[in-house]
Amino acid sequence: MRRALWLLIALALVIAYPLVFTTPFQQRLGALVLLYAIAASAWNIIGGYAGQVSVGHVVFFGCGAYAAMGAYAHFALSPLVGIPAGIVFAVVIAAVIGRPTLRLSGHYFSMATIAVAELARLIVTNTEYLGAAVGLSGPTVPRNVFDLSFISALPYYYLFLVILIITLGITWWMTKSRMGFYLRAIKDSERAARSLGAPASRIKLYAYMLSAGLTSVAGALYAMMFGFVDPESGLGILISVKILIMAALGGAGLLFGPFVGAAILVPLEEISNSLLGGKGAGLTFVVYGAIIVLIARFQPGGILALINRLWAKRRAKPMEESIAQEASHAS
Amino acid sequence: MTFTLVQVIVGGLLLGAVYALFSSGLTLVWGMMNVVNFAHGDFVMLGMYVAFVVYTLLGGGPLIGAPLATLLLATLGVIVYFALIRDIMKGPMLAQILGTFGLALLLRYSVFWWFGANFLSLPENLVGGTFDIFGIRLQASRLLAGVVALLVTLGLHLLLTRTTLGSRMLAVAEDATAAQLMGIRPDSMQAIAWAIAAGATGLAGALIATFFYIVPTVGETLGIVAFVTVSLGGFGSVPGALVAGLLIGVIESLSGYLIGAVYKDIVVYTLFLGFLWFRPQGLMGKT
Repeated sequence: MRRALWLLIALALVIAYPLVFTTPFQQRLGALVLLYAIAASAWNIIGGYAGQVSVGHVVFFGCGAYAAMGAYAHFALSPLVGIPAGIVFAVVIAAVIGRPTLRLSGHYFSMATIAVAELARLIVTNTEYLGAAVGLSGPTVPRNVFDLSFISALPYYYLFLVILIITLGITWWMTKSRMGFYLRAIKDSERAARSLGAPASRIKLYAYMLSAGLTSVAGALYAMMFGFVDPESGLGILISVKILIMAALGGAGLLFGPFVGAAILVPLEEISNSLLGGKGAGLTFVVYGAIIVLIARFQPGGILALINRLWAKRRAKPMEESIAQEASHAS
Repeated sequence: MTFTLVQVIVGGLLLGAVYALFSSGLTLVWGMMNVVNFAHGDFVMLGMYVAFVVYTLLGGGPLIGAPLATLLLATLGVIVYFALIRDIMKGPMLAQILGTFGLALLLRYSVFWWFGANFLSLPENLVGGTFDIFGIRLQASRLLAGVVALLVTLGLHLLLTRTTLGSRMLAVAEDATAAQLMGIRPDSMQAIAWAIAAGATGLAGALIATFFYIVPTVGETLGIVAFVTVSLGGFGSVPGALVAGLLIGVIESLSGYLIGAVYKDIVVYTLFLGFLWFRPQGLMGKT
């Protein structure tokens, strides 16, 4: 009950944000936070809940972005039409990568995802149909509202908010379903889960495919907002990195962890870029790198796990409950 | 035509020896501690920049650059081991991958911030020029890099298999607790392994810098090359890394020559994925 109340308050604040902070910079910042929160929440399904660290999620992001822009550039359709196509591409690619690699231990999966992302970037950069190094552009002048090309960031803000809520809803539903129980068991001990009859490889594969599909939606939305996609913005490894670090900073495997991470890191990056200009890009990633190292070393559960733990201590819960919570955060 | 082909293959072998050298560092740490260093390629990149700085500040070639890079990177390896690896080794998989991956970003973009994104290179004739052997044109810099890398990799193999230190390291790799009961400190052995692994990348970086482009993001490409080499050669095997490194050097050169330079990375990455999927234990590994 209490939790529901807090959620409603948080939701009200998020809805009110662009009405209180009305400059274009602030609204754009808000929209970007939500967009990255979608991508990081999607990553969280495989990286957080299933504990398989994908470092190549940008492939799926790129599927969505290229499908949306391709629908316009090649077929003069609304970029919206590209979204289902992007989802299909992403899910198929996830199945092809995931089936062989998810059987192996975690490192192999991470390495395979890096290689696939780089491979995709190299192939697209050399494919004329996908705009090669220049990329594909969306509608410069919107023909109708379905082109989803707005000057103000406000419509994007609310669109992204709706998609984020849907993404979190799917994630929540997944954790409550049989699949969620399997995933938790697999993450704790895959061998134990397997011996009890959990179809570990298949469940991980499903989580990966679900995560891929949702990430491609984030990519499509990104391309629509910026009106173009090129190999760097649609398939660059740094996008994978951003998605991953936001989820990990906020709290991988926690429902609202990725949102918290995005709400911290996106403003940090935007502000450092606007203060330092082009030179800031390098520095931002130095800071990112340092943050990741520090999280890994001192707080692998992320910020939200830390807050939850302190919270639980302060309220002096009954013993069993706090132990259970400790255990779920430690994993 | 045949002479050109032979030349391409020889070039590939020489480059492949350098690949083998830095990959043996990755495979050593992996086999011993089951830790994958995602910053491995960036260690090589640092070695390249050490060589570059040595040249621009002192005008020195690889004779000064290579030992200095080896020493500096070995030190860095030990620092990284004690400051980061020792703790995240015991942690969850996410922490392990994030830790070294974050380190990679930190190194890569610190260099990017300091030196900029420009492609740098050392003067072409820093190490002799070009000469002919039996009609095959060879660059002295590539020959030096290939031969030194080959000898050091072989030396590393001998160190691991023929010396007391090597036996101790293998004992720790086999079972750290049992090794400790026999009076071997796992901590020191693992720190030494990191020193060797990182030192090898420093040396490889300084050698490759004499003929390769130098750019902060080169570590990403070289890191993938190291992963390919290790997965091909079998995880934890130095001889495997040697054979695989040479093979990859040749495949890369041949595909660059036959299909086009743009596609050589595509070929290598595809090969990597193919191996991960169909033969994860590597060419010579046991099932």
